[in-house]
Amino acid sequence: MFRKFTLTAATALALTAGQAMAAEIETEIEDFTFSFEGPFGSYDQMQLQRGLQVYTEICAACHGLELLAFRNLHDEGGPALPDDQMRAYAEFYEVFDQSLFDGEGDFRPATPADHFPASSLSNAPDLTLMAKARAGFHGPYGTGINQFVKGMGGAEYIASLMTGYHEEPECALEGEPMDGFYNVAFAAGGFPESCIDEKGKHMVPGSWIAMSQPLYGDDVEFADGHSTELEHVAEDVSAFLMWTAEPKLVARKQAGLTGVLFLTVLSVLLYLTNKRLWAPHKHKD
Amino acid sequence: MAGIPHDHYEPNSKGEKWLHSRLPIVGLIYDTLMLPTPKNLNWMWIWGIVLVFTLVLQIITGIVLVMHYVPHVDMAFTSVEHIMRNVNGGHMIRYFHMNGASLFFVAVYAHIFRSLYYGSYKSPREVTWIVGMLMYVLMMGTAFMGYVLPWGQMSFHGTAVITGLFGAIPFIGESVQIWLLGTPNGSIGQPALNRFFSLHYLLPFILLGLTIVHVWAFHTTGNNNPTGVEVRRTSKEDAAKDTLPFWPYFVIKDLFALAIILAVFVAVVGFMPNYLGHPDNYIPANPLVTPSHIVPEWYFLPFYAILRAFDQEVWLVIAVNWITFGIVDAKFFGVIAMFGAIVVMALAPWLDTSTVRSGRYRPMFKWWFWLFAVNFMLLMWVGARPAEGIYPYIALIGSTYWFAYFLVILPLLGVIEKPNTPPATIEDDFNAHYAPKGDGAKPVASPAE
Repeated sequence: MFRKFTLTAATALALTAGQAMAAEIETEIEDFTFSFEGPFGSYDQMQLQRGLQVYTEICAACHGLELLAFRNLHDEGGPALPDDQMRAYAEFYEVFDQSLFDGEGDFRPATPADHFPASSLSNAPDLTLMAKARAGFHGPYGTGINQFVKGMGGAEYIASLMTGYHEEPECALEGEPMDGFYNVAFAAGGFPESCIDEKGKHMVPGSWIAMSQPLYGDDVEFADGHSTELEHVAEDVSAFLMWTAEPKLVARKQAGLTGVLFLTVLSVLLYLTNKRLWAPHKHKD
Repeated sequence: MAGIPHDHYEPNSKGEKWLHSRLPIVGLIYDTLMLPTPKNLNWMWIWGIVLVFTLVLQIITGIVLVMHYVPHVDMAFTSVEHIMRNVNGGHMIRYFHMNGASLFFVAVYAHIFRSLYYGSYKSPREVTWIVGMLMYVLMMGTAFMGYVLPWGQMSFHGTAVITGLFGAIPFIGESVQIWLLGTPNGSIGQPALNRFFSLHYLLPFILLGLTIVHVWAFHTTGNNNPTGVEVRRTSKEDAAKDTLPFWPYFVIKDLFALAIILAVFVAVVGFMPNYLGHPDNYIPANPLVTPSHIVPEWYFLPFYAILRAFDQEVWLVIAVNWITFGIVDAKFFGVIAMFGAIVVMALAPWLDTSTVRSGRYRPMFKWWFWLFAVNFMLLMWVGARPAEGIYPYIALIGSTYWFAYFLVILPLLGVIEKPNTPPATIEDDFNAHYAPKGDGAKPVASPAE
């Protein structure tokens, strides 16, 4: 299902071993394979629906999707819930409507035009754009080759984060107990002094994240009977979050393909025109 | 009229004569399109068209974006997402505009390096060069301010870094920074966003005006060409041997090149529109959280590298700091270096002492030029790396070479280099590549390339 490799964000270390410096954090991002990768990739509708289910049953407890409207769930190329299902889904949510109760405002069931709620925890970021905001591991050596060749992006990061919870490494047990949870894909968290060697190099990848492990496998039950192993659930929710971040991805790729084909034909025609135009002057007629 | 002798527009019909005596606009268009153009121009002379196209593309997509964008700190980010999600075709328009900036800089760097190699900046084309440099600086300003408008994390903290550069000016820096940002305490907020929006809309039209000046200038001097040899102006007939009219020969050629470049551009927009951007700009601006690396867009990186190269451990910086009684500190030195890098480039026409224009006939210059081009790429790469370990040294060496190229190498080469002899005429060069048929007309001595 996915090939595993270690992505070294801290390539600086390889070049300058021995110099004391604030090291970049090394993380392990796995190259999951998604249906939407590549110029012809598109979203897998069933996967997006499963991802929506994972979001609804687990992530939504803390995280919002502020930029997404319920009506988007009905959009073609996305989860494409039937109209009645989308409306029924929206009604699960309550939104505060200032116009009700003579301007005092009151709660009412959400309609398709309403947006998903914001995060309910102040330190839980909104997830709508997460798959685009976390696409930044421009390795190796900052050349961007992983994005270019392997098509790696924020969806890989999210899936790696979901599967990246590990037992705390031994070096961490020697020092002060850490707040949060050890995750090999997370770069921006706390890191124990006892896991930094005398050269300033981190002895273990990742860092400590505030979010406890959200998925363990078998967290949900899919109506389509799809596997609920941790990797598969993580993939599904990552694909769903890629869609929330880039709902027009499929339309964009199609437009791109049409444009490239059109311009290729145009180039050939212009090439022939140009050749013929110049031929007498290049003494080739 | 100065310029290469050629047939000018003659009004024939009564109507044409009527208009021509009142407003010679048809004549202007005719003379512009029929400009005699050296027939040996190679494929590096296509970037001008690409640049004009890109400017128009940016203006048109920009005008549509403004119809939906809201320049308010609380709404800018969501209004961009509104464009991406709800506006018909909005995601394509926005991605075209966003990547259009990259296309713009790819083209402008190719254009500038072509000028540097073939000596297009040299007399009599200094004014074209200076106007071009001015346009380049305006382009950078426009691109920077455009990047601020989505009001993401990089927008916000990039603004802090760039306006901070002005804060490094001794004595008046702080006041200048406060004046630029428009808030009493120098914080970045609504006034900054509003004025950047205003200027981002204004500057492209100034660029459009300067484009006309730029074209006007080189239509007066005539195009340079790969040999650097001037078109013969002794008579219309002589000029015609060296040139072909811009329309249709170069228009079609340029359009062919443009179509290929656009195919690549559309592939980038369609298949990887965020590849050249920074993901942090998809996080709404938050003054309280600073991104771990503040990295400008790729096209600023060489200059960003120069800015950061001169830290307080460089002996030159220490010396200048001491001589100026501490007025010029490392930060201000870096700012001077960054702007100075563009200034020395703009002065190239007066720093290059060689009598031979084109690099094709300059055996030593060639090596220094290609080293300069590689150095530019190196600076671009190192500008995106963290300022730690070996990177600052690479940046320092690269920055030093940048200045050495313009201030030492170009002046010296003109004296010590023994250039090859260019062909006598453009016609000779052209015929050497495309030998005329018939008896006896053997190709003239082939140029060095």
